[in-house]
Amino acid sequence: MWQPSRAQLGAIKAAVFALCLAPFVHLAWGVAYDALGANPVEAVTHSTGWWTLFLLCATLTVTPLRRATGANWLLKLRRMLGLYAFFYACLHFTTYVWLDQWFDLSAMAVDVLKRPYITIGFTAFLLLMPLAATSTNAMQRRLGRNWQRVHRFIYLIAAFGVLHFWWLVKRDITEPAIFGLVLAGLLGVRLYGSMRRRARGAAAANAKSSELGSRPTFRRAPG
Amino acid sequence: MLIRTKPDVAPSEITPKSVYLRRRHFLAQAVALGLVAPLLPAQAQAATARKLSGRKSPFSTTEKMTPYKDVTTYNNFYEFGTGKDEPAVYAPKMKTRPWSVMVDGEVEHGGRFDIEDLLKLAPMEDRIYRHRCVEAWSMVIPWVGYPLSALIKRVQPTGRAKYVAFTTRLDRETMVGTRLPYLNWPYVEGLRLDEAMNPLALLTFGLYGEVLPNQNGAPVRVVVPWKYGFKSAKSIVRITFTETQPKTAWNQAAPNEYGFYSNVNPHVDHPRWSQARERRIGEDGFFTPKRKTLMFNGYGEQVASLYAGMDLRKFF
Repeated sequence: MWQPSRAQLGAIKAAVFALCLAPFVHLAWGVAYDALGANPVEAVTHSTGWWTLFLLCATLTVTPLRRATGANWLLKLRRMLGLYAFFYACLHFTTYVWLDQWFDLSAMAVDVLKRPYITIGFTAFLLLMPLAATSTNAMQRRLGRNWQRVHRFIYLIAAFGVLHFWWLVKRDITEPAIFGLVLAGLLGVRLYGSMRRRARGAAAANAKSSELGSRPTFRRAPG
Repeated sequence: MLIRTKPDVAPSEITPKSVYLRRRHFLAQAVALGLVAPLLPAQAQAATARKLSGRKSPFSTTEKMTPYKDVTTYNNFYEFGTGKDEPAVYAPKMKTRPWSVMVDGEVEHGGRFDIEDLLKLAPMEDRIYRHRCVEAWSMVIPWVGYPLSALIKRVQPTGRAKYVAFTTRLDRETMVGTRLPYLNWPYVEGLRLDEAMNPLALLTFGLYGEVLPNQNGAPVRVVVPWKYGFKSAKSIVRITFTETQPKTAWNQAAPNEYGFYSNVNPHVDHPRWSQARERRIGEDGFFTPKRKTLMFNGYGEQVASLYAGMDLRKFF
């Protein structure tokens, strides 16, 4: 499998960074030049929400793709994708708080408590915060195994994101359904892979134990 | 009985096709070169649209009108797709001539009305109305039409008629949105007869001094300004007077979300979003707070009496 050099990886990262920023640049340009159609606030709300979901799915694609192709360097892009998902989620949330609700706290409280699609969207945003906060190398080291446990929440967050989209559309559920299928596929691949690995691990352990004629040993997990 | 055998127009009098095509080509070029455009008002630069205007109406609002471009490129017409930019893309393919409207049900003088006869049935009026969509955005639109009551008086509902239903055309060929069951096609909307008789209810043929663009419901639609936009059925082919409440499209799709009445009401929220405020398209800027929605969209003086004694939370 091809492995990029340090310089190549830098170039790839820069390209992905620019690509992920493109929707934001497009929106900013659209706002500045009044090019977002008749209802620019709605356009910004939908676009930032859509890109949040897209980037959540992109983040979740990294590991299956890496396993399937052996391109381990893909892992080096995952943090950026995840943080960009958080970036667009922040823009989406800010659009709601500022441009849609105009900082009307009581109206937003009613929304969060009363309207399921907002409740679930808000919950997803809250859950995304600790993931963004623990995305640094230092936090990863400090949390050890727990880091992965925390970051598995991304599945729940993405699922909440899809429901948030699904519950707000009036009639045409095509787009949320597509996101739902993609997410279900990614989760399915992950479950299938881990089941296979577990089965293979168990088989290997069995083979080893019968070979040595001893009981399987349980090692303590490293701190 | 006199049978006319000679056609009204002799073949020799008909302009050859090549000539009129050349004439069109010339006009198109003139428009393209900007020779004609400066002579027209900014909103009327769709050079092919037919003019249609009427006398002023005391029911018109003096609020700032929503730009023609926004009115004609941002609207819901699910027959042409669920995106608000799709009707402007797909609707122009729909043919609006020949067109007739069947008036039937509980009426004395029903029958098929040709669109040309409907256009002449009563004097046209310019009516600048507020328009409030159930999705919490609004516009101010200069419609052209005459009171729906003029048609109703003409066809004479029977004593049994309590409601009137409007059916939108269902043309699977051009209406690409009807290939999927978003709604129970054809689109049907309805009013109580006294609502339909209210002077604000407008049988509408034009906007901005021109005949309706297809995406806005050509060639004939109703406009009921105190109700959410979806109550104002577009591209109507049938008007039926009934004794019982008609089954309407959005009400059937989600009865808990879209009531039969669907009067604009800031105090009764859509189950999924608030109706207390609205965004005025084309006027409120990107950084402008949404404005407060008015009861009956500000037409309470004219219509509140229709609902006296009714629990509007129950009959939403």
